[in-house]
Amino acid sequence: MIDNGHITIKNLNVYYGKEHALKDVSIAIPDKKITAIIGPSGCGKSTLLKSMNRLVDCMDNVRYTGKIFVDGEDMLDPEVEVIHLRKKMGLLLQKPYPLPMSIFDNIAYGPRIHGIKKKKELTEIVEHYLKEVALWDEVKNRLNSPASMLSIGQQQRLCLARGLAVKPEVILCDEPTSSLDPISSQHIERKFIELKNDYTIILVTHVLRQAKKLADYVIFMYLGELIEHGPAEQLFNDPQHELTKGYIKGVFT
Amino acid sequence: MFKIRKIKDKLSLKIILIIAISFNLLLIVNFILLSVKSEKIFESNSLFSLLLGGNWQPLGGEFGLKYFIAGTLFVTFLSIMLAAPLGILCSIFLAEYAPKKISVLSKSIIDIFAGIPSVVYGIWGVICIVPAVAGVAHKLFGLNITGYSLLSASVVLSIMIFPIITNIVIELIEFVPQELREVSYSLGATRWQTVKHVVIRKIYPGIIAAIILGLSRAFGETMAVMMVAGNVAAMPRNVFDPVYTLSALIANNYGEMMSIPLYDSAVMFVSLVLLVTVVLFNSIARIIIHRIMKNGIK
Repeated sequence: MIDNGHITIKNLNVYYGKEHALKDVSIAIPDKKITAIIGPSGCGKSTLLKSMNRLVDCMDNVRYTGKIFVDGEDMLDPEVEVIHLRKKMGLLLQKPYPLPMSIFDNIAYGPRIHGIKKKKELTEIVEHYLKEVALWDEVKNRLNSPASMLSIGQQQRLCLARGLAVKPEVILCDEPTSSLDPISSQHIERKFIELKNDYTIILVTHVLRQAKKLADYVIFMYLGELIEHGPAEQLFNDPQHELTKGYIKGVFT
Repeated sequence: MFKIRKIKDKLSLKIILIIAISFNLLLIVNFILLSVKSEKIFESNSLFSLLLGGNWQPLGGEFGLKYFIAGTLFVTFLSIMLAAPLGILCSIFLAEYAPKKISVLSKSIIDIFAGIPSVVYGIWGVICIVPAVAGVAHKLFGLNITGYSLLSASVVLSIMIFPIITNIVIELIEFVPQELREVSYSLGATRWQTVKHVVIRKIYPGIIAAIILGLSRAFGETMAVMMVAGNVAAMPRNVFDPVYTLSALIANNYGEMMSIPLYDSAVMFVSLVLLVTVVLFNSIARIIIHRIMKNGIK
């Protein structure tokens, strides 16, 4: 089963200096599903997520071994063109990080980088993706004001739209609702359920409720090791490993 | 026991407060003193004739500062034009690209640069830059000059303000959250695109502020400039001509001014002009930087 996933990870080890952050992780992420990565803080959830688009490269003293196949291409191969592969992965972080520019330019940033110059085409893209995240009506009259003027919830939807505008295949989310109010969180969660028809979504979360609600497939990690993974129903109702049982029951968080 | 501790606490607070306030007062006292001292010059000269007059003849009672102001402006702007691009590019390299070890080492070297006495820069200018400029002028343009010139002063000065600009810009770049870069990378941007469109854009006002701080340092710098600028009060026709700056004027005339009427008042006025300009530049720059650090950038 390990070979047919959209993203297939084989024997991934990541080290921060002397710290062994991910220990021999192998997994296949199912295509066009929401996969939740759960586990207590410091278990390597974010590291696993950021390995998938090589953002771990940006940290100091990082070293990794193993393979991550995306559409059959090994992301971790030093020869690979990272820039081009990263584009396949949308990224949504814990807090919204709008780029220091207008709402319009935030969405247009990705397409512009990839060579779309025509104003008309860009306008269409911006409108399309703002509608996609249900932000269009709220911002259509102030597309040129700075993105930082929006509320946090709006900013996070803007960030989602910005990620979608480069037409990724995968959306990587690192606790994307942790800084949002309940209503904005719901907006995003509902959006994910719609989006999984077209995208593979990988969601790091520490909110079990969210994982239960959204995930089709769940990965449980503990201290850098992959403890258990499986379809959501199976993992939540009948966990095999003692650690998973403990975590799901809330014995430790 | 308790009472004594309480009194000590209050007392120490008061002392610290007084010291802090007196430093601020110093600036104001300085300003008032210079204003009062330079008042006399206005009895016989208008502000207009002082700032725009081309004649500096203390014996004849003429105190036109035109060429000195022009010299100062030329030196300041030329040195900024040399230092700003270098400083900005250097800080981008050190903060974004360089391996950590190199960046830490370079930063401490740059700090040392900032602390070298200006007379040392002056001597270095006299020994290295002045002959080099003379050589270039002769080779490229066939000019026979001493090398004591606007260009020499600007080169020496640009090396002195380079650390100021570089230090501030490095600090600003490091202030940009890492996540913002991650976002840009994840959209498929290259490192340079990220630096250009996101990092620089985020700190743009701060870069302007760093340049203004560099300007204000260049504006008031005396010793090194005086040693290599040639000190001739005339309008330079090209960068190989000598210039005379306001700060050099003060330094060169301070000893002899007592015997001639109004001379001291004129020199005080020059100091006042320098003080006001530098304080103004600095305040603007500090306000901009403070705003960035406080609010992030919109």
